[in-house]
Amino acid sequence: MLDKYSRLDKVIKVHGRQPGQLIRILHQAQEIFGYLSPEVQAYLAAKLNIPLAEIAGVVSFYSLFNSEPRGKYTISVCLGTACYVKGSQEIFQALKNELDLDDDDTTPDGLFTLRSTRCMGACGLAPVVAINDDIYGQVKAGDVAGILSRYQAKELADDHEYQRPAEHPATAPPPH
Amino acid sequence: MPADKLIFDPVSPVSQEDEAPHPVARKKVRFWIDGREVVAEEGISVLEAAHRVGIEIPSLCYLKNINEIGACRVCLVEIEGARNLQAACVYPVSAGLKVRTSTPRVLRARRTVVELLLSDHHRECTNCIRNLNCELQHLADTLGIRNIRFTGETSNYPIFNKNPFIVRDYNKCIKCRRCEAICSKVQEVHVYSAQNRGFDTVIAPAFMKDLAEVACITCGQCVIACPTASLVEKECIDEVWQALADPDKYVVVQTAPSIQVTLGEVFGLPVGTVVTGKLVASLRRLGFDRVFATDFTADLTIMEEAHELLERLDGRGGPLPLLSSCSPGWIKFCEHFYPEFIPNLSTCKSPHEMFGAITKTYFAQKEGLDPKKIVVVAVMPCTAKKFEASRPEMGSGDWKDVDFVLTTRELARMIRQAGLNFRQLPDEEYDTPLGIASGAGTIFGATGGVVEAAVRTAYAITHGREMGVIDFEEFRGISGVKEAWVELKGRRIKVAIAHGTGNARKVLDRMKAGEQFDYVEIMACPGGCVGGGGQPIFGSRDHKEISLDYRHNRADALYRIDYSRRIRLSHENPAVQKIYAEFLGAPLSETANKLLHTHYTPRGPLPGYAVNPVQ
Amino acid sequence: MITSTSDLLNIQQQHLPLIEARLGREEAAGEHQILVCAGTGCSSSGSHGLREELKKQVEAHQLQEKVKIIKTGCFGFCKLGPIAVVYPEGIFYCRVRKEDAAALVKGLASGQVITRLLYRDPATGHQPRRMEEIHFFQAQHRIALRNCGLINPEDINEYIARDGYQALAEALTRRPEEIIAAISASGLRGRGGAGFPTGRKWELMAAAPGRPRYVVCNADEGDPGAFMDRSILEGDPHSVLEGMAIAGYATGARQGYVYVRAEYPIAVDRLERAIRQARRAGLLGDNIFGTGFSFNIEIRLGAGAFVCGEETALLRSIEGRRGEPRPRPPYPAQAGLWGKPTVVNNVETLANVPVIIRKGAEWYASFGTKGSKGTKVFSLAGSINNTGLIEVPMGTTLREIIFGIGGGIPGGKKFKAVQTGGPSGGCLPEEMLDTPVDYEALTAAGSIMGSGGLIVMDESDCMVDIARFYLEFSQDESCGRCTPCRVGTKRLLEILKRITSGEGTMDDLKLLEDLSHDVKEASLCGLGQTAPNPILSTLRYFRHEYEAHVRDKYCPAGVCRNLTRRPVLH
Ligand SMILES: Cc1cc2nc3c(=O)[nH]c(=O)nc-3n(C[C@H](O)[C@H](O)[C@H](O)COP(=O)(O)O)c2cc1C
Ligand code: SF4
Ligand code: SF4
Ligand code: SF4
Ligand code: SF4
Ligand code: SF4
Ligand code: SF4
Ligand code: SF4
Ligand code: FES
Ligand code: FES
Ligand code: FES
Repeated sequence: MLDKYSRLDKVIKVHGRQPGQLIRILHQAQEIFGYLSPEVQAYLAAKLNIPLAEIAGVVSFYSLFNSEPRGKYTISVCLGTACYVKGSQEIFQALKNELDLDDDDTTPDGLFTLRSTRCMGACGLAPVVAINDDIYGQVKAGDVAGILSRYQAKELADDHEYQRPAEHPATAPPPH
Repeated sequence: MPADKLIFDPVSPVSQEDEAPHPVARKKVRFWIDGREVVAEEGISVLEAAHRVGIEIPSLCYLKNINEIGACRVCLVEIEGARNLQAACVYPVSAGLKVRTSTPRVLRARRTVVELLLSDHHRECTNCIRNLNCELQHLADTLGIRNIRFTGETSNYPIFNKNPFIVRDYNKCIKCRRCEAICSKVQEVHVYSAQNRGFDTVIAPAFMKDLAEVACITCGQCVIACPTASLVEKECIDEVWQALADPDKYVVVQTAPSIQVTLGEVFGLPVGTVVTGKLVASLRRLGFDRVFATDFTADLTIMEEAHELLERLDGRGGPLPLLSSCSPGWIKFCEHFYPEFIPNLSTCKSPHEMFGAITKTYFAQKEGLDPKKIVVVAVMPCTAKKFEASRPEMGSGDWKDVDFVLTTRELARMIRQAGLNFRQLPDEEYDTPLGIASGAGTIFGATGGVVEAAVRTAYAITHGREMGVIDFEEFRGISGVKEAWVELKGRRIKVAIAHGTGNARKVLDRMKAGEQFDYVEIMACPGGCVGGGGQPIFGSRDHKEISLDYRHNRADALYRIDYSRRIRLSHENPAVQKIYAEFLGAPLSETANKLLHTHYTPRGPLPGYAVNPVQ
Repeated sequence: MITSTSDLLNIQQQHLPLIEARLGREEAAGEHQILVCAGTGCSSSGSHGLREELKKQVEAHQLQEKVKIIKTGCFGFCKLGPIAVVYPEGIFYCRVRKEDAAALVKGLASGQVITRLLYRDPATGHQPRRMEEIHFFQAQHRIALRNCGLINPEDINEYIARDGYQALAEALTRRPEEIIAAISASGLRGRGGAGFPTGRKWELMAAAPGRPRYVVCNADEGDPGAFMDRSILEGDPHSVLEGMAIAGYATGARQGYVYVRAEYPIAVDRLERAIRQARRAGLLGDNIFGTGFSFNIEIRLGAGAFVCGEETALLRSIEGRRGEPRPRPPYPAQAGLWGKPTVVNNVETLANVPVIIRKGAEWYASFGTKGSKGTKVFSLAGSINNTGLIEVPMGTTLREIIFGIGGGIPGGKKFKAVQTGGPSGGCLPEEMLDTPVDYEALTAAGSIMGSGGLIVMDESDCMVDIARFYLEFSQDESCGRCTPCRVGTKRLLEILKRITSGEGTMDDLKLLEDLSHDVKEASLCGLGQTAPNPILSTLRYFRHEYEAHVRDKYCPAGVCRNLTRRPVLH
């Protein structure tokens, strides 16, 4: 954890002084911590001298920022127009059933987070599903189980390496 | 002149950082509103221009110079040549502009907007604290809303009422953001921001925390800015009624100086009407055993604080500048954001707390009362004092100095509940001895009043004689930061006065940068207590006054009271002299220290988080 | 370091042959170039692996000297990706997989064409070999997309070889007013949606007092189902940078920002590289071409908010705040970024600028219609054979786009509607297919030009459901600042949900129409002002479908789950 905060400090050092870099810093903080916990937001508030309410307001405004932990794999189903008219709603439903999740929920084992998203710009391949950075095009509802099983299998393979995030992970910042 | 030429530094009362900066209003232009020719400065808003010619365009989110964001859309007007309707509150006038303010098209859009607001509003006017004083309700009435065509999901949040000062009901919030604007731009405390987006938007502290859990200074400015009942004071009327009815209790009431110039507004009297006599009469009729004035302990505060100042000028008793401590909103601000200046704070409790302490000791002894049976009720302009009364340091182990703090508004409600016809009440006098006050104690209620009162006394103490002039115009008025040099103890001391914590920041930052001051008065609320968070809310009654400039009229009334007083210096208050002789000994004596002074706690800007403070 | 026009021309000469070969203008005997699309579409269908495999094969056959594998931008044919084109022959391969690499490389020497990888016309079954022979490409005219699929977007030299940065060099020899006049004369209108004349916008900015001033490129492209800007950024980032520098010179700005959505990682990466290369080459930075003109560009990332495409929201987002719009006036040209004069232009708008300066306003104005000059890029999606990206002269009819270039509706289904302008636009029915794409004509038809997303719907799409879909989108993306949009779009959506679930009444239809009208009138920004458009246009052209849902409790397209039982006819 200490290491993560010192990485964040570096980001702050590079970008913290220029005006208007909050969003960039939040992107990077999310990359470091996986999500933007209230503690991380408060830490940024203190370091950047920006009111916490404002930071929380920004974090909650943009859909790419998460203030809660995510699964190891985020499954994004595109519900943009091109994908919608190609039936992505059914794929989304199939995934919901398969994983027993609602939009923006995470499986109890911490493996998958399911979310709907809007257009990834791969509309030519509609309907599109992305799992982390892998994009799957022209997906059919029937393909869903198969795609998921790849990740589940992978998981079994490197299970020992992966520690799932704790319920309420303590991200206490370093003592100063 | 007791001092060298006083330096005067006018600064605007609020930071006027507009959301959408208009071109600077200078040149006069000619344009048309509803077919009538109007001449006004280019760049002022259509709403303002219309107001000047007697047309009130309805508004909700607009707070002049504070919140000009064009968000609520109830002020829509037609502008010739523009495709869409435009928000009058932010649309700048320019030469040749043709505006229509009440065409069917405009009325229809305004109605729909208000209907939409009401469709997501817990409508329960009959049991709402803002009933008959609510801008939304007023607007619905003005626009003749007779039916709400829209049904569907409504906000459904729990009521946040765990703190002792402000209750938050998100289900009545119309997202006008006036609270956010006043807290951020005027007070510069930044408690609120919009959170989430779309229908889920809430204007809230980070993570929707209760105000008790964030760095809120409890000033209540957001409460008086709120057009609805989404932000309201935490009432304690019922508890007070109960105490009054309890034969076992001896209920003493004290009223802050500013109450006598604001209470009348609730009963339809013009802003700035002095109603001291009726105030006292109403309290008697409500059944209080004694009716006293906080002005008395304001005099006491001056005795203590002036001596503290003189000690510090002598190099004893703490660092300079001495910072005034009568405003609990300001105290909490200092504890959160400028903890490095805690040693500079005067250790004096605020006057109403001093009052409580004196009542339960000196007064109890004198009257042979059991202090535990005395209930001290304070009628205050202020929500911060509700918080202050709950601070553990304010009392002895056996009692709280002040048991209940009622705001001006709550007192008005009690008067109505008791069926008193306020305007027909006779004028009565405060009880003695704790009702005797000098004019100096009374001007405490306005920005600059504490310094003026203290300087009057300190000057007299050091010069050993009475001053010729005791009116310091330079300390008065609504400039955000006022500064002056005063000659005391053979040296020139630098005095600064700030009201509204946004202005306080300016002075404190200068202090941080190394500038030297000797005595600084800070009041948390713009205008001082006359603009306190517990004062009457204009709400639906007068749109133009929403800009909060009415505070000035209230302050003028306080100065009028001061002029009319026979005694205008705190140390000449016979009751004050007596209490020192009989009970306290001298200012800063051991007894005085025990009862009248306190200490403070650094709280940090991010309470509850283990982060090091802002670097 | 390029410090003069002649430096630029030298570099162009060095790199020209490579490009000429691709254009078929010069035979570099025995040398081959394989251009592999590295756009988002093809990347997701595996073009990266293909490229790696091609390289391996080339090495295995010791052909490194003879065969170059080059990354390029989107061809617009993403559905059939990964796309690879072999030059100098210009053979256009689709759906090329890693496994095909060996055959492809082997075929180079023998000159053998791999037929199974050629494009097959769905209508005729014909298999053209070269891009120019495919109707999809034939019918287009590519100005903004001039370099997409032709050059390596990660190599500034290839851009320079295509006359890149010459427009900037030329512009710097002229007075800013002349540049603005040229842009005005070209008739170029903003491609971000509203179609505001670009020259006029620059003029306003140039006239506004205040310093510093900024040029902002709007690369937020939030319209779902649209990927024009993405393709330009991925395929030809320098054209946008050059356009920005010219805009900066014309309007007196020294600093530019590209606001790009974080959902486009490839575009962000290409932009970053392009900015680095341009800086290193001295084409951005201080004293460009030794003229004393300085211009810098920085990237700012979005974080997932459609409304940040709206210019005032975008500016707030660049400032690191919640992307909430504010009322105008003042316009960004008067008070924009940090209160300073700012010109905001769309990616495609800016990509057109260098060509206009180089080839002249008159040339550009020779394309298009009276009120809408030049060409427009569209992305075709939905129920259409040739999903993809196209660029056509303004004035081309919707019919030509959908049934000509787009190849019609797949699976023998019947065309129902085409949606233009994304969530702000409208749905046009069959009768309107002869409408030319032109700002005024589309508006008159009840839709808008928008940024160029074109979604085709067939008989299996329910128009009420489509309206519901768009409202769900707008409602979700509303910033929440103003009442009509925050609450109004929610109520509109609720009414639509009632209708699609069979609980709607005829009163609801009236309410829907009235509220749509009021939300348009009363909202603060373009999002709310246009959010009801999909409802109004479907009510206008497909009212019978609404009535079927309400009166007969029947969804003719069979989409709305509860309403699939055919009504009994009396
Ligand atoms: C809700 C909304 C979303 C928008 N999204 C975009 C967008 O993604 N890209 C874009 O270039 N313009 C978008 N615009 C238009 C911009 O506000 C602005 O007009 C445009 O960037 C100006 O550039 P142009 O004149 O070159 O078109 C949007 C407008 C609205 C109201
Ligand atoms: S806030 Fe106003 S409108 Fe709402 S319930 Fe209370 S009085 Fe009625
Ligand atoms: S105002 Fe109307 S709703 Fe309210 S209490 Fe009276 S009758 Fe009832
Ligand atoms: S009470 Fe004062 S500090 Fe607290 S939220 Fe309200 S305005 Fe801000
Ligand atoms: S709490 Fe009151 S002032 Fe604040 S946004 Fe809501 S209605 Fe407006
Ligand atoms: S300033 Fe506030 S605390 Fe002091 S006397 Fe006035 S009302 Fe009381
Ligand atoms: S200025 Fe007066 S009303 Fe405001 S917080 Fe201080 S004491 Fe209370
Ligand atoms: S119309 Fe919608 S997006 Fe635009 S300001 Fe209003 S709420 Fe925000
Ligand atoms: S609509 Fe799904 S990727 Fe564009
Ligand atoms: S929009 Fe003008 S008062 Fe709210
Ligand atoms: S991404 Fe390769 S053709 Fe579009």
